[in-house]
Amino acid sequence: MRAALDVRAPFVVIVVAGLALLPVYTAASGDQFVLTLFTRIVILAIAATSLNLILGYGGMVSFGHAAYLGIGGYAVGILAAEGVGSGFVQWPVALAVSGLFALVVGALSLRTRGVYFIMITLAFAQMVYYVAAGLDRYGGDDGLTIYSRSRFAGLINLSDHTQFYYLCLALLLASIAFTWRLINSRFGMVICGSRSNDRRMQAIGFPTFRYRLAAFVIAGTWCGLAGALLANHTEFVSPAMMYWTRSGDLIVMVVFGGMGSLFGPLFGAISLLVLEEGLSRVTEYWQIILGPMLLLIVLFARGGIDGLIGRLRHG
Amino acid sequence: MLLLVEQCLNGLQFGLLLFLLAAGLTLVFGIMDLVNLAHGSLYMMGAYFAATFVAWTGNFFAGAFLALAATLLLGIVLEMLALRPLYGRDHLDHVLGTFGLILFFNELVRLVWGPAGLSLPVPSALNTAVDIFGIYYPAYRLLIILVSLLVALFLYVVVMRTRLGMLIRAGASNREMAGALGVDIKLLFTLVFALGAALAGLAGLMHAPILTVQIGMGENILILAFVVIVIGGIGSIRGAFVAAVFVGVVDTLGRAFLPDLLRLALSSTAASTLAPALSSMLIYLLMAIVLALRPQGLFPVAGR
Repeated sequence: MRAALDVRAPFVVIVVAGLALLPVYTAASGDQFVLTLFTRIVILAIAATSLNLILGYGGMVSFGHAAYLGIGGYAVGILAAEGVGSGFVQWPVALAVSGLFALVVGALSLRTRGVYFIMITLAFAQMVYYVAAGLDRYGGDDGLTIYSRSRFAGLINLSDHTQFYYLCLALLLASIAFTWRLINSRFGMVICGSRSNDRRMQAIGFPTFRYRLAAFVIAGTWCGLAGALLANHTEFVSPAMMYWTRSGDLIVMVVFGGMGSLFGPLFGAISLLVLEEGLSRVTEYWQIILGPMLLLIVLFARGGIDGLIGRLRHG
Repeated sequence: MLLLVEQCLNGLQFGLLLFLLAAGLTLVFGIMDLVNLAHGSLYMMGAYFAATFVAWTGNFFAGAFLALAATLLLGIVLEMLALRPLYGRDHLDHVLGTFGLILFFNELVRLVWGPAGLSLPVPSALNTAVDIFGIYYPAYRLLIILVSLLVALFLYVVVMRTRLGMLIRAGASNREMAGALGVDIKLLFTLVFALGAALAGLAGLMHAPILTVQIGMGENILILAFVVIVIGGIGSIRGAFVAAVFVGVVDTLGRAFLPDLLRLALSSTAASTLAPALSSMLIYLLMAIVLALRPQGLFPVAGR
């Protein structure tokens, strides 16, 4: 059962082509806002794609994924504040620290199941939030302004909004391709198998804990990259970027788009953020609409957008 | 020394409030298998109701009683309208659905009461200090301790000594079997949820006079309640009690004394940078240690 990358599907092609052509539109219309919004969408889609690996394919409901966004972001922010502006240093550090944190959290939380796992990942993420809020040297609650984006001398200029957008888009597509390769490998089979029946996987001889931990660390590390991008995008990091509602948003994106589907998190990120943007123009109190909407989607629209497209195509 | 005893009492008081929240959460999870993130919203609503009704009636206790009744009613309505369809779904659906409810409640509060926080004055009759063996301790905080202990005792009696409690325990250990034996599971669920809502509301309204009533107040304490449940063992009220008091005392003492302790070991600048971050990490480290040693918590419920 090989999960198809399925880029031939018309819907996927339209969305990806639309994203690729977006800077052309902004250059023609001078509408910088759309580019900023979509850079954000693409970055959060990377984070959601990384979450999808463990949530959608591995069945691990991590409610603390925003912590890696925060750790990746703070790695860039703190290094920048200490005078290390080179992205060649900042980004590897962001990845390494996120991965390390994922290793510790995963080693503790993967020993448990179900609701314990949800609560523990949430609690550890909240711990990082409080630690960041306690870092008085780096702005504490108020956050930390980053005065210059990561420098990749001679390679790419992140201060150029179009170049930065294309970098994010390329990394998003890379992360989707990476997920595709991963879940079709032996490793991915074990992860998916352990979601369906962990005990059986163990019985046929797979040390599933190690496989799941590895997937958890990969997802955390990759989300740290999204955090580094997000910090560069907003040129600001604060504890708010890893508040637990952000973890909730990421789960919503994955479920919105369709769990365990390759392009699902991208669809989810686009629809959630565009919906937020739209609703917030209608009313200041837009969350009063979004909240019940989430509940209704959970109750009546399982499978998310990807499932919906599938149903359309197959009648 | 006096300070230490006073901080221990503060920790006890905070821990008991945590227990009220965690008990409801663990009951709802243990019996209904429902992960209810919106539990913190009920706590927040309890506080807002109290602030409103006390201002309205002019009497703290009448207002508190009305607020408790209102939260209980809200819990029943919430269970019937929003949560009932979620039973039997997987935990991810619970998380998402109740996450939606949190957004809804936070925004509702902002719409009705405005974005600024409210304050609820400590009732004037209790705005004094009581002399306990030479320590002057605020009477209101002492009342919180007493009421919470009474509620804990009440919960114990209800769960262990009454017919309703027997049904609750039966439902917790095997839902299907209890249903097959003729227990009205639907009604039992509503009752348990209402009880949990009332406990959360009580915690919120009692806590309101010693902090600011504001949007999002339920979320931070909810996560602490999660830590309590994880340490205590899911579904165990006894575990929730022990863990809540433990977490309350450790958190309070850590915040009070850790900066000074660190100053003994480190330079004062290093200590003052490290202390706030470290003291907020303390209970999570505690949770990590408990998890490493006993992944099912201190008082695991048998047969789970």
